[in-house]
Amino acid sequence: MNNLLDVNDLEIVFSRRGRKDVRAVDKVSFSVAPGETVGLVGESGCGKSVTSLAIMGLLPKRGVRLGGSIAFEGTELIGLPQDKLRRMRGRDLAMVFQDPMTSLNPVVPIGTQVTEVLVRHRDMGADAARKEAADLLARVGIPDPSRRLKEYPHQLSGGMRQRALIAMALAAKPRLLIADEPTTALDVTIQAQILELLKELVRESGTALIMITHDLGVVAGMCDTVHVMYSGRIVERAQRHELFAHPRHPYTGGLLASIPRLDQPRGERLEPIQGSPRDMLAWSQGCAFAPRCRNRVDECVGEAPVLAPARPDHEVRCYNPLGGSDDR
Amino acid sequence: MSLGAAEAAITVAEDHGGGVWREAFKRLSRNPAAIIGAVLIALFLFVAIFADWLAPYTALAPDLKQIKGPGHIPGPTAEHWLGLDDQGRDLLSRIILGARQSLLVGVVSLLFGMIGGIILGLLAGGLGGWFDTGVMRLVDMMLAVPGLLFAIGIAAMLGEGLLAVMIAIGVVNVPVFARLLRGQMLAQREADYAMAAKSLGVKRRRVILGHVFPNSLTPVIVQGTLTLATAIIEAAGLAFLGLSGADPSIPEWGRMLAESQRHLAIAPQLVIAPGLAIVLAALGFTLLGESLREALDPKYRR
Amino acid sequence: MTDDVLMSVRGLKVHFPIRKGVLVDRVVGHVRAVDGVDLDIRRGQTYGLVGESGCGKSTLGRAMLRLVEPTDGTITFDGTDVRALKTEPMRLLRKRLQMVFQDPLASLDPRQSVESVLTEPLRTHGFPGKPADRVRELLDVVGLPANAAGRYPHEFSGGQRQRIGIARAIALNPDLIIADEPVSALDVSIQAQIVNLLEDLQEQLGLTYVVVAHDLAVVRHVSDTIGVMYLGSIVEESPSDDLYAEPLHPYTIALMSAIPIPDPVVEERRERILLTGDLPSPANIPPGCRFHTRCPFRQTTRCADEVPSLREIRPGRKVACHWSEEIVSGRIQAAASSHDPTATEVGAPV
Repeated sequence: MNNLLDVNDLEIVFSRRGRKDVRAVDKVSFSVAPGETVGLVGESGCGKSVTSLAIMGLLPKRGVRLGGSIAFEGTELIGLPQDKLRRMRGRDLAMVFQDPMTSLNPVVPIGTQVTEVLVRHRDMGADAARKEAADLLARVGIPDPSRRLKEYPHQLSGGMRQRALIAMALAAKPRLLIADEPTTALDVTIQAQILELLKELVRESGTALIMITHDLGVVAGMCDTVHVMYSGRIVERAQRHELFAHPRHPYTGGLLASIPRLDQPRGERLEPIQGSPRDMLAWSQGCAFAPRCRNRVDECVGEAPVLAPARPDHEVRCYNPLGGSDDR
Repeated sequence: MSLGAAEAAITVAEDHGGGVWREAFKRLSRNPAAIIGAVLIALFLFVAIFADWLAPYTALAPDLKQIKGPGHIPGPTAEHWLGLDDQGRDLLSRIILGARQSLLVGVVSLLFGMIGGIILGLLAGGLGGWFDTGVMRLVDMMLAVPGLLFAIGIAAMLGEGLLAVMIAIGVVNVPVFARLLRGQMLAQREADYAMAAKSLGVKRRRVILGHVFPNSLTPVIVQGTLTLATAIIEAAGLAFLGLSGADPSIPEWGRMLAESQRHLAIAPQLVIAPGLAIVLAALGFTLLGESLREALDPKYRR
Repeated sequence: MTDDVLMSVRGLKVHFPIRKGVLVDRVVGHVRAVDGVDLDIRRGQTYGLVGESGCGKSTLGRAMLRLVEPTDGTITFDGTDVRALKTEPMRLLRKRLQMVFQDPLASLDPRQSVESVLTEPLRTHGFPGKPADRVRELLDVVGLPANAAGRYPHEFSGGQRQRIGIARAIALNPDLIIADEPVSALDVSIQAQIVNLLEDLQEQLGLTYVVVAHDLAVVRHVSDTIGVMYLGSIVEESPSDDLYAEPLHPYTIALMSAIPIPDPVVEERRERILLTGDLPSPANIPPGCRFHTRCPFRQTTRCADEVPSLREIRPGRKVACHWSEEIVSGRIQAAASSHDPTATEVGAPV
């Protein structure tokens, strides 16, 4: 298979003098095909954002140990010299962050920030870049682009800023776009606009997208393949329809049961997952989710389960998955 | 992307025992600047407190045997490690005894400044309205005058005496503390916990004194550490200018500097020793204060 | 359920002056955060207030408790004219009106132990019995261990902190609790725990809630009645079961269609009505219908120049739109929602 991105046994360990090492990401493997939209889902602390920073090469060198491999079209990104990485960032890989305000330079006009990318990665002249920048802003739905180019980030609303950021990310026509909670800071009606925009861009340009989110609703509407993460490991993965129709991991099932759904009769009590993400076991002592799990069996404490096929194209890391051995 | 942001992405089930201060202390103990500062301060305090025992020559009487004629200033010898001053007094003993004087002036004037500043800041931040506006305009005016000049003016007005010097330095620092506390209180008054207390029906005075004020004190304490350094320098400055106020027989670093500057060419140690003492004492408090600020600042938490 | 109104709000306004000037402050305009709201909160029920950021829902919640002083209007609580109360009677009334905050850590004084947090309301208003017993009882009710009393807020997880905030709110057996985004700062897996706790407490203690939140799914789950706010004003009020089944106001229709549902099958079938442009600034509210600048159903008459009143078009269902009947019956269709957010760009809220 010709994947765009192959992440293999990725390990990210934060180590600091005088403190215990923190294994934020633990042997995570997944791949992204060209044009595919992949979801990394989980709650705060599950390692999804750190994974994306590692792919972008944005983790600091000091205090961070990386293991495994991240290959982009066969090029190993871990250990790649900074200057090569910098050339790839923007041109091949681009990222959209949660908070558009802190990701834009507050003292530089939007236009300059977009044209900079064009000049650097697409060798455009200043005039051509300015014209292209206006086209880009128009494409992401920013009205009156030539006027907006001269404005500063604080003059735009949150939704417009996120659009500007997406325009910047797309400026160099990257083949992989990583969106880290791109709509979490936005209102639902604006979120709908941005998600629609991302879907359209993926469809039109064939850019692959890694969508990082805690919102299962967002995943349900966008992602082809979904990886559910818990405590630094992938605990379940499947195509989106398969995952939502047959969640096998008690964590995935628990999340789905705990959110009220707008389209279902308002009725009975929600079924929460007990405890908090803080109550976790180290993977070396068993399944990290065991302390909160309703389906816990004796094997759960001791040796950690492995990610194994449960159904066709559906893997789960669990000794006692939901639905037993057959379908519900 | 900084390490802080990267780590914010992962929250770990860590042991979160202890309060804000204990956590800050843990961070301090890992910071070399804080340790150097603490060592300097400890040395300074030790010397100041035990000066009478530490000084090799208890009497401040000149050792006239050593002076071999007018204008002769003996350098370091085995008996007098730093040598003698122009009047034949042991320089090391004078530096040691001077530590006590500097500490006394520094601490007392800091207390004056802090107490005055806290009272004004508390009233301004707590009462608000015209009182707040009035206090803040006054504070702006006081801050517009250069500190040392202001202190000289006050010291001159109050006349001779150690107390006058301490009050002068204290008054100069009042607006610094007042403004800091008031600003902090205004910010804390908007905090959710203050709103929560109000929503419980807690009396306004109790909300301000019981919740807002204690939560606003941290930066004031940090500033206090830093101000102790400037207070020591200001005290030395005033003494250098002849406004030491203290009994001339008691050694004072600033005055030692002033008195010995004419001997700079022949006996530089007379200038270097008290100068270095001032720098090291001030440096200790500055290092500790800055580290403390960093350790308590959530932005710097790593 | 009784139809007994516990709190009634009429014509409530909260306007914040915008000041400018170096030496002398000049008022150059007003942010109309809450701009004429009528509400009836029924005893033992939950009223949900939804809307997007900047719509004024939090300010409204705080103004109802006079934590923010209203500019105009009346608030009647159990027969008492709340706005007419002087400082001391108001302070005493607070015993019956409580609040739960969005950010549980920010709403707890970092220097107070849990015990001190929970005894503060008891000390303030007096409570029969030993405070220590009441603290233990409160911790038990909200599902925290008794040894939590001696610990400090930062030692707890987000969900546990919110439990402390809820324990503080119920300490004095209040009648009304206003919960401002009580779960939005929490992890998804924790939110249901807090929602269930709030529901249990309502049942056990006969509480009346106003839940302010942006998450319509959560609000619908807990509320009996929902008020949808847009730019400082309520544009629709409905029993919560009816709201999703048949939203009446164009803004509600768009809001509903924008909320992602965790089911790919539903998501693929759903038709999104995308709103154009951004929320106008509450300092510069459009004339006529305040939603007309972004409305996909906008008509050439009335919308831009006539303020729609909140009218009851069906029993229990109120809507502030001139054309509701026509929209619901399908006689007026949404304008093709292409990706053209240009039409009515009004700029970022101030």
